[in-house]
Amino acid sequence: MGQLAEYFNAIGRTILTCSDGLAVTFSHLFRKPITIQYPDRTAKPLTEMLPERSRGILEMDQELCTGCSLCSKQCPINCITIDVQKNAETKERILNKFVIDIGKCMFCGLCVEACKFSAIRHSKEFEGTVSDVNRLKINFVEQPAPVAKPKKGEDPVLKPVGSIIRKYLADQWAPAANKSSDTNSGGKSE
Amino acid sequence: MNALADFIINSLGLSGLSAELVMLLLVVAVAAAVFGIGMTISGLLTLAERRVAGRIQSRIGPNRVGPFGLLQWLVDGLKLIMKEDVVPHDADPHMFRMAPYLVVVGVFAAFASLPFGQLLIASDLNVGILYLLAITSLVTVGVLMSGWASNNKWSMIGGIRAAAQIVSYEIPTALSVASIILISGTLSMQGIINEQGGWPWQWYIFYNPFTFAVFFLYFTAALAEGNRIPFDLPEAESELVSGYNTEYSGMRFAGFFLAEFANIYLMSAIATTLFFGGWQIPGVTPEQQAGSLVLQITGMVVFMSKSAVGCFVVIWIRWTLPRLRIDQLMSLCYKYLIPLSFVCLGGNAIYLLIFPKPSSANTLVHMITTLFGGVLIVIFVTRVMYHHRISGVSLDLNFLARGEKGKYNPETQVRAYGSFRKKYEKKQGAK
Repeated sequence: MGQLAEYFNAIGRTILTCSDGLAVTFSHLFRKPITIQYPDRTAKPLTEMLPERSRGILEMDQELCTGCSLCSKQCPINCITIDVQKNAETKERILNKFVIDIGKCMFCGLCVEACKFSAIRHSKEFEGTVSDVNRLKINFVEQPAPVAKPKKGEDPVLKPVGSIIRKYLADQWAPAANKSSDTNSGGKSE
Repeated sequence: MNALADFIINSLGLSGLSAELVMLLLVVAVAAAVFGIGMTISGLLTLAERRVAGRIQSRIGPNRVGPFGLLQWLVDGLKLIMKEDVVPHDADPHMFRMAPYLVVVGVFAAFASLPFGQLLIASDLNVGILYLLAITSLVTVGVLMSGWASNNKWSMIGGIRAAAQIVSYEIPTALSVASIILISGTLSMQGIINEQGGWPWQWYIFYNPFTFAVFFLYFTAALAEGNRIPFDLPEAESELVSGYNTEYSGMRFAGFFLAEFANIYLMSAIATTLFFGGWQIPGVTPEQQAGSLVLQITGMVVFMSKSAVGCFVVIWIRWTLPRLRIDQLMSLCYKYLIPLSFVCLGGNAIYLLIFPKPSSANTLVHMITTLFGGVLIVIFVTRVMYHHRISGVSLDLNFLARGEKGKYNPETQVRAYGSFRKKYEKKQGAK
């Protein structure tokens, strides 16, 4: 008798639990979707909607970089290439090349932590699709120039987040006619 | 269809060979029409599934192609047609190529005896429901064949599971159908509908408490036969990659895919016919309906909306219940569904002995069962309202919402996509 009761109990439990589960999902039909359609239904530019410390594509400010190459030494996958040469006459160190390969970068942020002069940092940009993988190697040095010499106790003047990388990303993506004309674009470092 | 053929042949005054030719052309045309209807329905169901799934998961779902994403299914189909049709090196090429055809034929041939309306049926066979049960068994052969021919462990296990599952669940399905046949006294689909009426208490689901139980047995068994969640073991993604259709691509995969969705409509349409009075309009007798074109179209709409509700329930169940284990699946069938269907079949037989139709006592039983069903629905709705209330979210009935438009400014983004990209490029070019 006990087994028979268990049999019918199982049927009853199945019906009750299944129908209550169905009631839960049915009630979801009358809730507003919480997702926002990207990119054309966002209330403001997506980069402004991202969290404060989100790790986007790296950017480097040439006016702050001392060419110490601490960042490239910290990088676990060696995606930062820095070329600094000493001018024999003026004894000045010249920053020739500062290339970050975004295709390799894993956004760990170790380079940002290593930099003592706030020259390298994460932007909030993430839309980095290109037609050629080599165009992901971005050279942040437009014109070889002497490295920065920050004075002690003085705060560095930071540019707005994303203002540096945005130009390079837009360049990469620009129409073909424009591409050939501006050869100085950092996007084509190779 | 025979009536249509007779009408054309008589009005044109044809005889002999030309009459045969007209008949042949008509057969081909009707077959193509039925296939087209089946394809369209299953295509639309793929879209419905994705939209309902989105809504249940608090997402929006596909909404880009066409108005409200209504053309998404056409684009998906186009994509599948253009993809490469790969046959694995170690597969049995002939059986591998043949399997999807069997599945598609098995499902779409069943559409031939679906009563979409009083006169809208490709072929009203006198063994209609038996034909439906028999022809859908071709799917088992196709699925097992695809699983074997793929020469792949996942496909193999999936195919064997599908065969075991479909063969087992044929028994409760057939037993549930037998209960209805017992009451209606006919196997013809139109005959079964003619025996019912337009109002809910005239439907077979509310005929007596046994048929009420039989409906749920049939629905569960049909769900398992169609390889739908929670019984989708043959395709279990987490265990078998994609089951018997793992190795398929392109149009052959689309064959399996469309057959699966056509099967959802098929089971809903059969449930509509057997339990929900088919194309019967409340307050209109079949004789009245036969004479009027407007009532014919209304009847078709009634049938379609009833089966659409069935399809919705199938989709809704998919996004609610988790998948069963194989032993749970088999014990559900052999320990519960088969004994209960036998009990219901016997109960129906005894009921028919006590209350030979039609009598006032019989009507009372219909009314009480309908009332019981109504009470169950009311309880269910209160549960839904309860769950909505405790979620603390306000009611939102805008099912086609895509989010607020017009706030987006491509100039502020680094890049713009789609149509915005073209505008941006034009502007850049002008500068």
